[in-house]
Amino acid sequence: MDAVIRVSGLAKRFGELEVLRGIDCAIAASEVVCVIGPSGSGKSTLLRCLNGLEEASAGEVVVHGIRVNDPATDLDALRAEIGMVFQRFNLFPHKTVLENIVLAPTKVRGLSPGDARDRARALLAKVDLIDKIDAYPNQLSGGQQQRVAIARALAMQPRILLFDEPTSALDPEMVGEVLTVMQTLAEEGMTMVVVTHEMEFARHVGDRVLFLDEGIVVEEGAPEALFGSPREERTRRFLSKVL
Amino acid sequence: MEQIVWFGWFRADIIAEYSTLFWRGLLTTIGLTVICIVQGALLGLLLGMARLAQARHSPARELCTYGLRWPATVYVSFFRGTPLFVQILLIHFAVMPLFVHPTDGLLVSGEAAREIKQNYGAFLSGVVALTLNSGAYISEVFRAGIQSIDRGQVEASRSLGMSYWRTMYHVVLPQAFRRMLPPLGNNAIALLKDSSLVSAIGLAELAYAARTVAGAYSRYWEPYLTISVVYWVLTLGLTYVVRQLEIRYGRGDSR
Repeated sequence: MDAVIRVSGLAKRFGELEVLRGIDCAIAASEVVCVIGPSGSGKSTLLRCLNGLEEASAGEVVVHGIRVNDPATDLDALRAEIGMVFQRFNLFPHKTVLENIVLAPTKVRGLSPGDARDRARALLAKVDLIDKIDAYPNQLSGGQQQRVAIARALAMQPRILLFDEPTSALDPEMVGEVLTVMQTLAEEGMTMVVVTHEMEFARHVGDRVLFLDEGIVVEEGAPEALFGSPREERTRRFLSKVL
Repeated sequence: MEQIVWFGWFRADIIAEYSTLFWRGLLTTIGLTVICIVQGALLGLLLGMARLAQARHSPARELCTYGLRWPATVYVSFFRGTPLFVQILLIHFAVMPLFVHPTDGLLVSGEAAREIKQNYGAFLSGVVALTLNSGAYISEVFRAGIQSIDRGQVEASRSLGMSYWRTMYHVVLPQAFRRMLPPLGNNAIALLKDSSLVSAIGLAELAYAARTVAGAYSRYWEPYLTISVVYWVLTLGLTYVVRQLEIRYGRGDSR
């Protein structure tokens, strides 16, 4: 397996609190890896260590052969290749949908405003929001905002997409529209790491599932195996609560 | 000049006689205030960002702590912790002569120094003192404004590959600015009124004009009531400007 993300011995402490206690995993190109586990298990922290939003306390994260925690690494350049979608969308409220999407491509990639607009239109069409192009984020529903956030991340043409509980802040009726967009991306071959509580999504879209608890990977495997016949007691207990 | 008396006691002719002095004073007050608001805002922005400077790795981390955060904190503490009046006197009579002095000025000396001191000394000292002072106060506004922006905004911007400076310029400051407008307006009003303290070092602004007239006629209602009204009108004008800015930059804000 040719890994685009390789994590070894990753640990993260916040003061006394040990959130991650030695994580090892590798993710291949075009793979969709879903990370599940109880809240406080370190799922989001693991994700945030992948693009350097959190700095590892120990261990190593290598993305595309670049060591994320090396002080010499140009994190800005690396992050341009790693899109991230947040639980709370984090759209820029003072900018329109279009402005949200074209900002980074024009400033970071040096795309001309015209090309950036064309790219934004294509992406908005893809997430079915072309009619909201001039709206401000606070005029959109949660599901619409999250789809714009996905389009914003895609506009950088990243090679990896990270999703941090992308549907957890949504009303139930809006979860589907976001998951549909994510499923399309997965089918198109995007490399995705998805922290989620949506077990159905993990089961049907994920190529592999990691079960995290108390800062370690308790069990990992293909969805049908992990959901169908979990090996670990802790996995069974967690699944019996959420399924 | 004929004595003009309004309401049985207000001698308007005194004001009329010194109208040139009042006009010049008004222009000086406005000029001083505008210069110091602009410079104070720039200084405040730099100080506010310096107080929030952080870095992950050595040696940048130590540089941020000892080279930026600490000096900025001490600076702000000093200028907020001592009276503006004392700062003005200190700067005019002690600091400025150190830099601008006919015999041994560190910056300017000789005939040029004499010239500057004679013609612009008080104005220069006033500008420096008010800028340094308001910069300290405004830095707190910037610091609070920047800190009030949700961390997720910075994280979203950084995860798109935007640098710290681009994130500040395109994402954080535009949002913070909207929230900072009311306190910035307060600071501008305070600065306008505090500029009257500069009359103590002989700068001919509004308060100085009033003092001159009061001294000449031994009448106090007329000059001080006049400049009170002028200051009031000016602060009303500032309030209006701030309000217009709030409306203009309020778009897309859900609050």
